[in-house]
Amino acid sequence: MPNTPDLECRAISKSFDDFKAVKDVSFSVPQGTFFSILGPSGCGKTTLLRMIAGFQKPTGGDLLIKGNSVLEVPPNKRPVSMVFQHLALFPMMNIGANVGFGLRQRGVNKTDIKKQVERVLERVGLGGVADRPVSSLSGGQKQRVAIARCMVLEPDVLLLDEPLGALDLKLREHMKIELKQLQSEFNTTFVYITHDQSEALVMSDQIAVMNHGVFEQVGTAKELYYEPATAFVAGFVGEANRLRATFKSAEGGLLQMVTPEGRALGGVDAGQGLSPGETVEVFVRPEAVRLSRNAADVAQMGNTGQGRVENILFNGANSQLILRDQATGAEMNMALPQTGEFRDLERGAEIAFGWDPQQTRVYRSKGNAHGK
Amino acid sequence: MANDRAKLTFWLLLAPLMIWLLTLIVLPHLGMFLVSLREKVGVREYETSFANYAVFFNEPLYWNTFARTAYMSVTATALTLFIGFPIAYYIAKLTRGRTKTTLFLMCLIPFWVSELVRTFGWMILLRETGVISNVLQYLGLVGGPVEMLYNDAAIMTGLVYTSMLFMVVPLVTTLDSLDDSLIEAGYDLGASGFAILREIVIPHAMPGIVSGCIVVFMLSLGNYLTPILLGGKDSLWFTGLIYNQFITRFNWELGSAFGFLLLGLSSLIVFVGLKLSRQSLGKTMAQT
Amino acid sequence: MKSKLILSTVAAMMLSSVAAQADTLRLLTWGGYAPEDVIAKFEEQTGHTVEVTKSNNEEMIAKLRATNGGGFDLAQPSQDRIAGPQAEFGIYKPLDMSKIDTALFIPSMLEATKGNTTVDGEVYAVPHVWGTSGLVVNTAEAGDVKDYTDLCNDSVAGKVSYRLKRPTLIGFAYAMGLDPFAAYGDEAAYKDIIDQVEAKLVECKANVKTYWDGGDELKNLLRSGEVVAAMAWDTGGWQLNDDNADIIFVAPASGALGWIDTFVLPARGRADDAAYDWINFVMQPEIAAMITASAGNFTASKGGDANVDDALKAKYQASFPQEAIDNIKWYPSVPAGLEALEGAALDRINAAN
Ligand SMILES: Nc1ncnc2c1ncn2[C@@H]1O[C@H](COP(=O)(O)OP(=O)(O)O)[C@@H](O)[C@H]1O
Ligand SMILES: [Mg+2]
Repeated sequence: MPNTPDLECRAISKSFDDFKAVKDVSFSVPQGTFFSILGPSGCGKTTLLRMIAGFQKPTGGDLLIKGNSVLEVPPNKRPVSMVFQHLALFPMMNIGANVGFGLRQRGVNKTDIKKQVERVLERVGLGGVADRPVSSLSGGQKQRVAIARCMVLEPDVLLLDEPLGALDLKLREHMKIELKQLQSEFNTTFVYITHDQSEALVMSDQIAVMNHGVFEQVGTAKELYYEPATAFVAGFVGEANRLRATFKSAEGGLLQMVTPEGRALGGVDAGQGLSPGETVEVFVRPEAVRLSRNAADVAQMGNTGQGRVENILFNGANSQLILRDQATGAEMNMALPQTGEFRDLERGAEIAFGWDPQQTRVYRSKGNAHGK
Repeated sequence: MANDRAKLTFWLLLAPLMIWLLTLIVLPHLGMFLVSLREKVGVREYETSFANYAVFFNEPLYWNTFARTAYMSVTATALTLFIGFPIAYYIAKLTRGRTKTTLFLMCLIPFWVSELVRTFGWMILLRETGVISNVLQYLGLVGGPVEMLYNDAAIMTGLVYTSMLFMVVPLVTTLDSLDDSLIEAGYDLGASGFAILREIVIPHAMPGIVSGCIVVFMLSLGNYLTPILLGGKDSLWFTGLIYNQFITRFNWELGSAFGFLLLGLSSLIVFVGLKLSRQSLGKTMAQT
Repeated sequence: MKSKLILSTVAAMMLSSVAAQADTLRLLTWGGYAPEDVIAKFEEQTGHTVEVTKSNNEEMIAKLRATNGGGFDLAQPSQDRIAGPQAEFGIYKPLDMSKIDTALFIPSMLEATKGNTTVDGEVYAVPHVWGTSGLVVNTAEAGDVKDYTDLCNDSVAGKVSYRLKRPTLIGFAYAMGLDPFAAYGDEAAYKDIIDQVEAKLVECKANVKTYWDGGDELKNLLRSGEVVAAMAWDTGGWQLNDDNADIIFVAPASGALGWIDTFVLPARGRADDAAYDWINFVMQPEIAAMITASAGNFTASKGGDANVDDALKAKYQASFPQEAIDNIKWYPSVPAGLEALEGAALDRINAAN
């Protein structure tokens, strides 16, 4: 069955006493996919991963690996391996013994173990360190040993629990790329959990955004970025300006809204089937907003306004401008193009801005949604 | 100037330790050593020689007693370890919060009463007209009274009971410091419970095991009351011999020699034990 | 600064000398020999205070040896443990007999004790409490135990107890028809006797439940019926008789062993006058009777038995008909060095199995 996914969760849930940490989560991961689960800390990611590894028993649902339910299979018999948050390398063994640990448990003979360990260490770029103690390695090297220790067992699925969390920023950036490369080299299914959106966006084929124990949206990085399905996803993935408004009417696919201060806004429904009169949340990405010293330049953009520059965060190509909208008093965040045009812009300056209603996504407001 | 001050402070802080070491440990031992070198040749007449040490090696009774004491102490240590390890593992890894504290305190309970009372407690349980014998008869498991006191097993029971805390505390401390994720990683990589115990838990707990074993061994070897009271007529114990030399024989010279031999031979056993388990004392002390 | 230091040192020294003159009597004795009521009376009459440390023969000597005869003002070892340790360790000082009211003592006992405790012409001890050791027997279960060697009979296998101490060696020697006291002066002959006794006791070991160590332990064993015959002190037997009429003290056929506990002055005692006051005080007949009531044994006080309670007298008479009294073997002074010989034998018996 070539199309059987490596991993499939069916309505899996986990409760601790009264608290539901994971609620009816279903997803499947095809062979060779780099699948990330992205969510804020405490949303249930680790719990979900530990259920897959077998350290925690789901309170409901089913779990299949290569089409077979593994609910009754103990963790030491499951064809999955896990890279722990703090790596959990065994300090009482040298690197070779760490990597060979799993093979030893399988009763592989000593010479084969030695060969395989050396091979996998070479693949992660650490040939010849087998006899050294774990403590002699740097953070990034330990990371690779931890992966090698799992990969030598050729698991169906490799689970990774925020493995980059403990590294410094620079190394983390480097390891992101390296992890992705290792994954495609080994061609193993990775399930990677993180609270860092940039890790997820850079590495993943598929990303699930998790919040309060449920998956809000599953999709590619681009889908999540450009078509976030929920307000949470829109706010969590990438940067966004959030405005509160009331939905008035719909015209030709465009929604007309008005903010409490009376400013009119246009936008598109994110697919939630809104009806007029609802309170909505309006999201627009900073890079979608155009700036101009001349109000006429942006007048035709649909959504426009005037503001006073509050702050300029210079960061080369990623520079940002924070201004206060005169009409609503809201703080708005926008990209500051380094074309030279705004080089002399100062704090306190008046400036016009505008953006296309097509790039404005509208969601039902959580607080007073209908039918809840 | 500041340097001198620092030096002075250093010596002042060190002084109590040095005084303690000197007056309570070095001087008495020095005195004891000098006494052990005196060979009695007549009333109030002494000569300097190693005759008292020769007595130990020439009289099979004495070194047999030492061998028996050492053998029983090693057995008691091993038993304490086998019983104490699961207890310590349970306390360190499978309980938390209140339960943990409660269990830990329960290990302390035997130490709220004196050793004498503790030993009498065992005598009440084990004696022919004691609790266990009566319960067994009441249940119809035995026909007549059974004597469980006055044998090596009774001594062993008493020693293990007395030593348990000194094994459990260092074990709990080291096992507590074992990251749970190491055990999980072991399972995840396909290891059985036994393999994890052997390859991960025990190597990690080794400093605790070694220090616990040293303390329990030394305590058992130096125990006096438990073997005498529970062992009855089979209570031969090396510290008992030393006590007899000092108190009932008025033979301080031989008693001191025995004391020194006990110190030397027990240190030797500990040293051999450390070598066999490939641990060093420094490492053990640093980690527990 | 300096003068202040000297001043306070002088003050401290004065204080300590005052304390010495306040006559605290530090008494090293046996349990029961210095009951509370006697101490209270003594303190009231003399103004001294008494501090009691309870001990036994060996510990008394060990304690005094450790301090070269200091730490106590009056001690009460048995009369056979005075000449030897004095010759060996010099832990006692001679008595000034003029300070002791000798009229209070039973003359024969006083003379015997003085004779046994004279070293280099100086007297070191006067008698206080005396008693015997023999057999305590549960007659309902072990009526056939009449002498020490009967403890090795099959009929009482596993139900006997004795101490692993020198009185056991001596008692067994007499029961085996030997005369150890006569051999005290001849080390080779004495060793021969001890060797025979050792062989007997090793053979008898299977019969022993346990070697008892303390009086309470023995009483427990006899009371519970775990032990039916034991070698013990007469008072122990008499006390047990109160609880169980079957348990009695029996003077062994070969003779009970008689001991006398004495008064001696430790070599570096500081309150000799208080010590003499105590001796003269407790030897008064009515005080002696109080001590007999508390310790269970009779004293060397002349007329001291007159006030003793009749029940104790009756038990004494039952255990000691006239021929048994005549047959008591009084411990002569132990020559220095014999203990080492006996000790080695006791160690070997303990190790045998
Ligand atoms: N063993 C447990 N007992 C009770 N609550 C738990 C337990 N494990 C996790 N939780 C709770 O479940 C929620 C999810 O935890 P976790 O899966 O660790 O989150 P994440 O890894 O996303 O940060 C948290 O609120 C946490 O407090
Ligand atoms: Mg987590």
